[in-house]
Amino acid sequence: MSEFLMPSLGADMESAILMEWLVKEGDRVTNGQVIAEVETSKGVIEIEIFEDGIVEKLLVKEESECKVGEPLAIIASDEKKPLHVEEKHESKQPVVQETKEEQIVSEPPKPTALHVEQEARLKISPAARKRAGEMGVDLSKFDPKEGVVQLSKIEAASTTEQEEPTKIESKSDAHIEKNSGMRQAIAAAMSRSNAEIPHYYLSTSINMTPALKYLEELNKKRSIKDRILPVAILIRAVVLSLKEVPELNGFWQDNSHQISKEIHPGIAIALRKGGLITPALLNADIMTIDDTMNSLSDLITRTRGGKLRSSEMIAQTITITNLGDLGVESVYGVIYPPQLAIVGLGAIIDSPWAEGDSLCVRKVMRATLAGDHRATDGRTGGLFLDKLNSYLQNPKELL
Amino acid sequence: MDNTITYREAVREAIRKAMREDERVFLIGEDVGNYGGSYAVSRGLLDEFGRERIIDTPLSESAFTGAGIGAAMNGMRPIVEIMTVNFSLLALDQIINNAASMLHMSGGQFNVPLVIRMATGVGNQLGAQHSHSLEGWLSYIVGVKVLTPATVQDAYDMIGLALSDPDPVLVFENSLLYNSKGSLDTKSTPIPIGKALVHRPGKDITILTYGINLFKALEAAETLAKDGIDAEVIDLRSLRPLDDETIMKSVAKTHRVVIVDDGWKSGSISAEIMARINEQAFYELDAPMARVCTLEVPLPYAKHLEDAAIVQVDKIVDTTKKVMVQS
Repeated sequence: MSEFLMPSLGADMESAILMEWLVKEGDRVTNGQVIAEVETSKGVIEIEIFEDGIVEKLLVKEESECKVGEPLAIIASDEKKPLHVEEKHESKQPVVQETKEEQIVSEPPKPTALHVEQEARLKISPAARKRAGEMGVDLSKFDPKEGVVQLSKIEAASTTEQEEPTKIESKSDAHIEKNSGMRQAIAAAMSRSNAEIPHYYLSTSINMTPALKYLEELNKKRSIKDRILPVAILIRAVVLSLKEVPELNGFWQDNSHQISKEIHPGIAIALRKGGLITPALLNADIMTIDDTMNSLSDLITRTRGGKLRSSEMIAQTITITNLGDLGVESVYGVIYPPQLAIVGLGAIIDSPWAEGDSLCVRKVMRATLAGDHRATDGRTGGLFLDKLNSYLQNPKELL
Repeated sequence: MDNTITYREAVREAIRKAMREDERVFLIGEDVGNYGGSYAVSRGLLDEFGRERIIDTPLSESAFTGAGIGAAMNGMRPIVEIMTVNFSLLALDQIINNAASMLHMSGGQFNVPLVIRMATGVGNQLGAQHSHSLEGWLSYIVGVKVLTPATVQDAYDMIGLALSDPDPVLVFENSLLYNSKGSLDTKSTPIPIGKALVHRPGKDITILTYGINLFKALEAAETLAKDGIDAEVIDLRSLRPLDDETIMKSVAKTHRVVIVDDGWKSGSISAEIMARINEQAFYELDAPMARVCTLEVPLPYAKHLEDAAIVQVDKIVDTTKKVMVQS
């Protein structure tokens, strides 16, 4: 038996509203199954379960707000499995396994309970509590270990939460309210990034003519539905380059450089209502170009429809942002912590291009890289841009 | 008329004025006549008003307080003087069981328009039987009003206010203030009973006090100002009724409170004030409230022990600073 907890769908998330249960009590669930939809500041996200079992109890009603880590449901372990084991092995073994299982289950809640008890007792002066209520300052962000929360702390905190008046004014307009939540999430992440991460920036101009010509040839043979867009080959090129320069793919956490084996690029997708989400294109490293294209279309559709999955919100190992559709020539990104880098892709525009001794007109795109200087140096970034350029000059390799 | 006189003279002038204006007013107590009052407040009044209106009594607090109550119930306006607050305990039966209860017990038929003046205060090496501040304790009594004039102006005004009140009023004159000087405006309109006064506006912390400690608190506030702490000093003036409105308004402004009281801590008026702030302005507090009171000992005679036991300016400064850095 175990508890299914509200997952953290981003470093800045504190709570979310459980919108809909997609399972009932008594349902069997399997690893990876979407069992609920939650609404965060980033929109509605489907959350998955990562174990097999039976939903024993749903602890939380729909449309209620839950904190990260709050138990949402109790999942009973699948009872059929031990039975199978019993048939196959000696009768003692399952008993041992069962106690092991019990141990695993019974141990973690203890520290959790202690943890909660310590955190619950925040010392706050009555005046500070009252002011926090008036100003809408969230008290959960104060660390009880840092002493008594007094007026001065609340006033300091409220200056960073100045969205409040807008929220009140625009209560009638649900979209704006949603966006202000998202704006806050982006604001928090980007402020943290700029404060913590020493960025270095690199830029290179890439001749896109070979890749686009190749794509044109490829698409000629395909139905409109199956055609591949330039963005797919760009993502593909980034992913393949990362395979060769893996130092940029992963996280800077606990003061150490952690390289991720899987490549889950976060794709910056603008929402029609405004705002921006960067869901992960999961396992992009093991996709073909067709998979990449299909997955990307699916991801964009679901992002704009507010149907993202929890894993897509937390797994990003690097971010790709493309402002080409707006004609922007170069974009210098801000790294989403704790990632190590962000790749910026500009518009593909007709430019004068020197080839050998002659000057010609080519489709040129400027690719940029912002890297975390704690983890890597400009040379690593340079290697990556060089690989990216080289893949785009040899588009066949992208398939 | 605007002049500078002593607190003692202000009380005397107020009594003289009342006796000239109203024939029903008379003064009764030990040594008020020939001796001129143990603190010389009534000196000269015997010559002006005669033995029928300035009445010397034997050592009999219960008897002459009782006589005052009877006279008041019969239409007179007596001023009873009790030498020190310690001796008022001998008259406590009359004060509580008769003066304070009569209006209620008579179904509203008999008011007791009695004024009892007494000297109070700690210090000056007077020993445990002559040096206490029991006004907080007497303000426990339902049915009386308790006034604690600190300034010359209040010493003058409060006698008149007390005499015009239809119910028993206890006026506590701090014996250490009798020689203090201040300007007196006899033409100004007195601030009514039950109203506290902000003596020094401030934004960081509220110091609530009354009587002689008003001056210690003001001195402390000046010291604190040098350290950048802007203290608001409030003279409560009346311990019963307390001016909740002024207190809570100030707490809502400064969010921090220190109470300075000559009484012992346990069960004192400072305890009552804290309880009221808790009831009415809990959510305005940004730090626990604190008190500077007399140590819980019978007042010592020895100077250094006495100084250690009673409220001092540096104790107010230290306590205020502690409340300011609470976190």
